[in-house]
Amino acid sequence: MEAIKAIGLTKSYGKSRGIIDVDLSVEKGDFFGFIGPNGAGKSTTIRTLLGLISPTSGTAEIFGRDITGHRTEILSGVGYLPSEAAFYNGMRVGDILKLSADLHKKDCSDEAKKLCDRLQLDTKRKIEQLSLGNRKKVGIVCAMQHKPDLYIMDEPTSGLDPLIQREFYNLLKERSNEGATVFLSSHVLSEVQRYCRHAAVIREGRLLVCDSVEKLGSAEAKRVVLRGVNEIRLPGIKNLQQLDNGISFLYSGKADVLLKTLASMPVTDVTISEPDLEEIFMHFYEKEDN
Amino acid sequence: MTILKHELKTGRNQLIIWAAAVSFLLVICVLIYPEMSSQMGEISDTFAQMGGFTQAFGMDKVNFGEFLGFFGVECGNILGLGGAFFAALIGISALAKEEKEHTAEFLLTHPISRSKILTEKLLAVVVQLVIFNAAVIAVTGAAILIIGEEPDTKTLALLYLSYFLMQIETAAVSFGISAFLKRGAIGVGIGISAVFYFMNIISNLTENAEILKYFTPFGYTDSADIIVDNSIDPGYLAAGAGIAFAGIVCSYVKYLKKDIS
Repeated sequence: MEAIKAIGLTKSYGKSRGIIDVDLSVEKGDFFGFIGPNGAGKSTTIRTLLGLISPTSGTAEIFGRDITGHRTEILSGVGYLPSEAAFYNGMRVGDILKLSADLHKKDCSDEAKKLCDRLQLDTKRKIEQLSLGNRKKVGIVCAMQHKPDLYIMDEPTSGLDPLIQREFYNLLKERSNEGATVFLSSHVLSEVQRYCRHAAVIREGRLLVCDSVEKLGSAEAKRVVLRGVNEIRLPGIKNLQQLDNGISFLYSGKADVLLKTLASMPVTDVTISEPDLEEIFMHFYEKEDN
Repeated sequence: MTILKHELKTGRNQLIIWAAAVSFLLVICVLIYPEMSSQMGEISDTFAQMGGFTQAFGMDKVNFGEFLGFFGVECGNILGLGGAFFAALIGISALAKEEKEHTAEFLLTHPISRSKILTEKLLAVVVQLVIFNAAVIAVTGAAILIIGEEPDTKTLALLYLSYFLMQIETAAVSFGISAFLKRGAIGVGIGISAVFYFMNIISNLTENAEILKYFTPFGYTDSADIIVDNSIDPGYLAAGAGIAFAGIVCSYVKYLKKDIS
């Protein structure tokens, strides 16, 4: 069974974009990355899945339950971290964690303590005294302390220092190894490439591609770096950059055409490599008219 | 009952401040009565000759020389306005504050249905109003005992009851409007209670505007009518109950389907 399944999910807000016809399928137990630039519709998709906003058309299921009408059952098995976590001012961190646990009707005090220790979060502090990063940690503990089956994390690492980011991913990996499903959105590709098994790319409200991270990384395009020349004319070239005494570009045409062209050029050095996800991402994100 | 508990906890300081402030003003008002009543001969005449002003506050119908007449007009204005502001404030902010402070995203992604959230928040508003009125009644009751007045208990109870019901109606209307707002709710709340208050003043000034009394909860808190009839006008009360009910229904209809941004 899929943890998340969306078919033709659409949300339009008057004139502004929202999301259009998003088909998404996340297997149970998967570690899934949802990639896109700011404003692409990542948060809108997530907020629709969670029932904060209702879809204009299309359907979605979480663990086989339709998102309209089963909100409460779905949410009891979900840990959600919003991209900008806000809590009640005047309350202490510990009170917020307790409130969240009470709303889940669970006693999570042991788990909360473990998580706070690992993320170095002081439960005595008041919410309004917290930095952005510490506020994020409160959100992380709220999302994880009740041990849900599905983690939905919206830009989880923004505002966290690198050590805490690593600890956070360690926590997620542990939960994933225990069988939980992780769905996280990000515009930091390196972290998706490092941790996720599958990924989807969204741009301007539409899902562009959804595949394993491995396959996304080994898409047909190659990164080609040439020295000794400063221009090349070939079909299938994207993202052409001028370097010191050379050029770099993404090439998605036939290999023999490239090699034949290179053979007739004064090339002093050549590197052909698998592009990293960042480059694939740029590739997908470049507007067609560019 | 988690939300109810949470609401009462976060609203505690606000409740204490409002209850203390309104009680304090009422106590002062009650305590100056003995001195005023000794000079009442002149004052009653003065009050009775202020024309439209006299009418607006219902002072043409009650005897200012009697404690209840004085209490109904003077204290009625304090408890009426103070109570209405407080009721509007907690009613309007109950839902709107969650979106303004962006805590709605936290609350609504927990496994609790929106209708349960609404019900518990509404309950929290009622509980806070009960506590507010209990405090006010206890403190002013003590002040009345101190100055040695023995007003008719039923009439006094009816006055207090009418203010309590007025606050419930104001809160219910504010709660209904709150479901439609995304931010900046407090001004709207104060506005609602002020409009209600002035609707009653206008309806007192001219008989042509008497219909307004059906649309403002201040219609049935008019102390002159309560003291003279020794009852709360059932017509105004029924209209008020209808308006309050409509406000609550609106809040459910809107909030259950609302997109939380």
